Amino acid sequence: MANHRFAPPKAKEPGTGLRAPLGRRKFLGYLVAAPTLVVAAEFTRQTVFDGPSASAAPIPSAPQTPEAYDLLDLLRDASRPTANLIRIEVNKDGTVSFALPRSDNGQGIVTSTQMIIAEEMGLEVEQVVVTLADARPELLFNQITGGSSTTFTTYTPIRVAAALAQMRLLDAAAQILQQDVRTLTARSGLITGAAGRALSYGELTEAAASRVDEQVEVVLKPREDFRIIGKPHNKTDARDIVTGKKCFATDLQIPDALPTVICRAPDLNGTPDSVENIDEVRDMPGVTDVEVVSTGVAVRAKTFGQAIDGVRALRVNWNDGTVHGESDETILAKLRAAELPMTVPAGVGETVDASFTFYFKSNSSLETNCAIADVRGGRAEIWGPMKNPVTAQAAIARKLGIPQSAVTVHVTQGGGSFGRKLFWDAALEAAEVSQTMGKPVKLMWTRADDSRQGRVHPMATSRIRASVTKDSVLSFEQRHTSVATDFTHGLGDAITATGARAPLGNLTFAESIFELTQTTPYDYGVSTRLLNEVEMGFNTSSMRNVYSPDVATAREVVTDQLAAKVGQDPYEFRRAFLRNDRMRAVLDAVAKEGRWGRSMKKGTAQGLGFHTEYKGVSAALVEIDCRPETVNREIREGVTGPRVTRVTFAVEIGLVINPRGLEAQIMGGINDAIALILSSSLHLTDGHFVEASWDNYFYTRQWNTPPEMNIIILDSPGDEPGGAGEFGLAATCGAIACAYARATGKTPEYFPINHKDPFPFEPKPLVPPIPESPTDGLRHTY
Amino acid sequence: MPTHTFTLNGERVTVDVEDDVRLLWVIRDMLGITGPKYGCGINVCKACTCHINGKAFNPCSVPVGAIHESDEITTIEGLADGDDLHPMQQAWLDRDVPQCGYCQPGQIMAAVAKVRQCQREGRDLDDAAIEEIRNICRCGTYQRIREAIKAGADNM
Repeated sequence: MANHRFAPPKAKEPGTGLRAPLGRRKFLGYLVAAPTLVVAAEFTRQTVFDGPSASAAPIPSAPQTPEAYDLLDLLRDASRPTANLIRIEVNKDGTVSFALPRSDNGQGIVTSTQMIIAEEMGLEVEQVVVTLADARPELLFNQITGGSSTTFTTYTPIRVAAALAQMRLLDAAAQILQQDVRTLTARSGLITGAAGRALSYGELTEAAASRVDEQVEVVLKPREDFRIIGKPHNKTDARDIVTGKKCFATDLQIPDALPTVICRAPDLNGTPDSVENIDEVRDMPGVTDVEVVSTGVAVRAKTFGQAIDGVRALRVNWNDGTVHGESDETILAKLRAAELPMTVPAGVGETVDASFTFYFKSNSSLETNCAIADVRGGRAEIWGPMKNPVTAQAAIARKLGIPQSAVTVHVTQGGGSFGRKLFWDAALEAAEVSQTMGKPVKLMWTRADDSRQGRVHPMATSRIRASVTKDSVLSFEQRHTSVATDFTHGLGDAITATGARAPLGNLTFAESIFELTQTTPYDYGVSTRLLNEVEMGFNTSSMRNVYSPDVATAREVVTDQLAAKVGQDPYEFRRAFLRNDRMRAVLDAVAKEGRWGRSMKKGTAQGLGFHTEYKGVSAALVEIDCRPETVNREIREGVTGPRVTRVTFAVEIGLVINPRGLEAQIMGGINDAIALILSSSLHLTDGHFVEASWDNYFYTRQWNTPPEMNIIILDSPGDEPGGAGEFGLAATCGAIACAYARATGKTPEYFPINHKDPFPFEPKPLVPPIPESPTDGLRHTY
Repeated sequence: MPTHTFTLNGERVTVDVEDDVRLLWVIRDMLGITGPKYGCGINVCKACTCHINGKAFNPCSVPVGAIHESDEITTIEGLADGDDLHPMQQAWLDRDVPQCGYCQPGQIMAAVAKVRQCQREGRDLDDAAIEEIRNICRCGTYQRIREAIKAGADNM
């Protein structure tokens, strides 16, 4: 039985902490001239009142970049100049509206944003209406959803706006009630005076409105008064989800936007040369249009089923793709050739050399790439789940040859992202198809498209050389070499996206992201981490983090080897070498709760992993079962293999807005880590990826998931939130790899460990590119 | 064009469409019922799981021509009794199971059918029974799904 729970919060020690109490800091809010109350946050002068925090603890060896300034800081600082355009509106019906310039793909940021506003304004969570904002190019750097940065970057500006709204409503109520504002109380959207008379926010919004734009100083609610932030809250869209009402892009009913599917090449990124039977397919049942576009041949029909039938009937001559003839082996050889040298020569102390390969992985979500486009009369209207809508808008405008201002981009709720939706591949394609056909289209990638032609996490190698003496580590060098990760989404705006497209721009960007995110958490003497990337024509993007799961896996496996070299227990060794007490606290928590060192049967073992990122620290203790009776379990069209039977995970990540949401993110990360280390990868063969669906690509299923999971959220003195979305993976990946090595006595040299096993499936044909839907569904009822 | 009549969420529906169009597209694209999701189209991911005459099935893999007039199809939209949620839906809410929610209609329909199957066959709803459920959740909500199935079953 799964068991996940929260550690009880520790009693707060008054007077401790590095900062003045939050309540004393002042921020500038912005009243916006409007008939009802509209407020915005002025964020640019926050530094006047409260500079960015630096790492507090003295660190014995050279500080690493992320300890002082990491990717979250970069994303926040990039958003500073324009965050003042974030507005909260108080409606006459008493609700409060806010259009969040982010993309929710299940990570729960709509719920956490409702909580933040409700907290500051004295509302119930349900009284706050949060929608996803359309593409707003004026936000410049402030509309990317990535790097687990949402809550970190938006927390303060949203609170400032909400606090200002609350202040104005109280002032308006004080005037109407003729009472001192200090005698009023606000709760659940009602302001109650000393005599018991209550006014709703809806009644007050016109009186609280401002006739002019004006800057106002505000004070935020002190943390000790929080009644919503920090308490578990269910997702506010859960009822819509369980009743089937939640609306995803392909559920939208846009007039005349008929189902559209693209016939794609057998090669990755192959392009159409000629079509032999286009008119024949145009005459098929339900088919309305067939047109050649840049990425293939588009078929629009009354139903998706008929569009797929049209695609399957097309006879197309294709041009070669971008990795024609290449395979896993040829790509790996190119990566090896690009590996950067170590600086410490072998033979200083005892040298540990290790090298790991991480194969291509698919970041396909359950909702495939999709978008609706209506491009007619020199204008475009686009709907889709997009984490970079502004960059998407610019790319679509370029493609269509119309001004960016003629493109409207609506951000829909997404069915999972995991990095895939940082890009707008389907939106760009839908726009092109709609322009070519002159009709609205609802374009969806099929699963085979999404798996074979969609973006991937790049193949990478990680080499480590460490030198040890009897009781110390003298040096630790890590060289990570990767197929280029596409960062041309920039920071969600046109300017950095353009920079990333410039020659060498993407590599510079990648190296910056690597430098801003990667830390070796152990005091390993001379410690260096370097990245090299090689552009080879793949469609790549991050996948619930870019580098950390792979970098951490390599580091943690070698850490176990170093512990063995000096004859120490893996836990005691980590404890001794971790850089500070905050790190040791999460390691201690998993060791205690997960009963590190308990006796385990032969063929089973425990393993530890640690990771620091996103302003937080995390540790995982994993138990794995590698006994033959477990490994060889038979599941029809499934992969079994070693089973992770128990995971204990501890995280401390600053102020937690919604512990239940954080726990869900960690749980998802753990299930992802199981797939990455044990079961799921893409195989490149002859210029294409083999895997075409979930019966080829083995993401974690019920029969792989741990029966026991214990997620511990440690109380934090921090008054700012860190990043949650990707944090569950890295420590767990490391722990699973270590547990596997301890259970089997074999250290894996590549991941996932089953990558070179014979395919447990018959590869699906490349032509036609979409497998036929079965017809025997009624034989499998239960 | 052939005409097909069946019962969908308690209502009689008739559609004009070729026999071989899979029921998922009839339900989604022609009848506008969008709870069942496309995730693979080949009966692997199970995101479209619905019920036919009370049993779980995947309409992506059933041609509409195979559906009889007497067949009763239930999608997630037809699981609740008006505003009263099915115990399994309530269990999903109580445990805050969903993340993105894309797979969850299928997960809930599969869970209800699995519980009924176990009841019918006199089997325990144990971990082994739950691990027969093949529905993929790419957000990785599996532990909460396991807890919710057991809790929902207690009230079924």
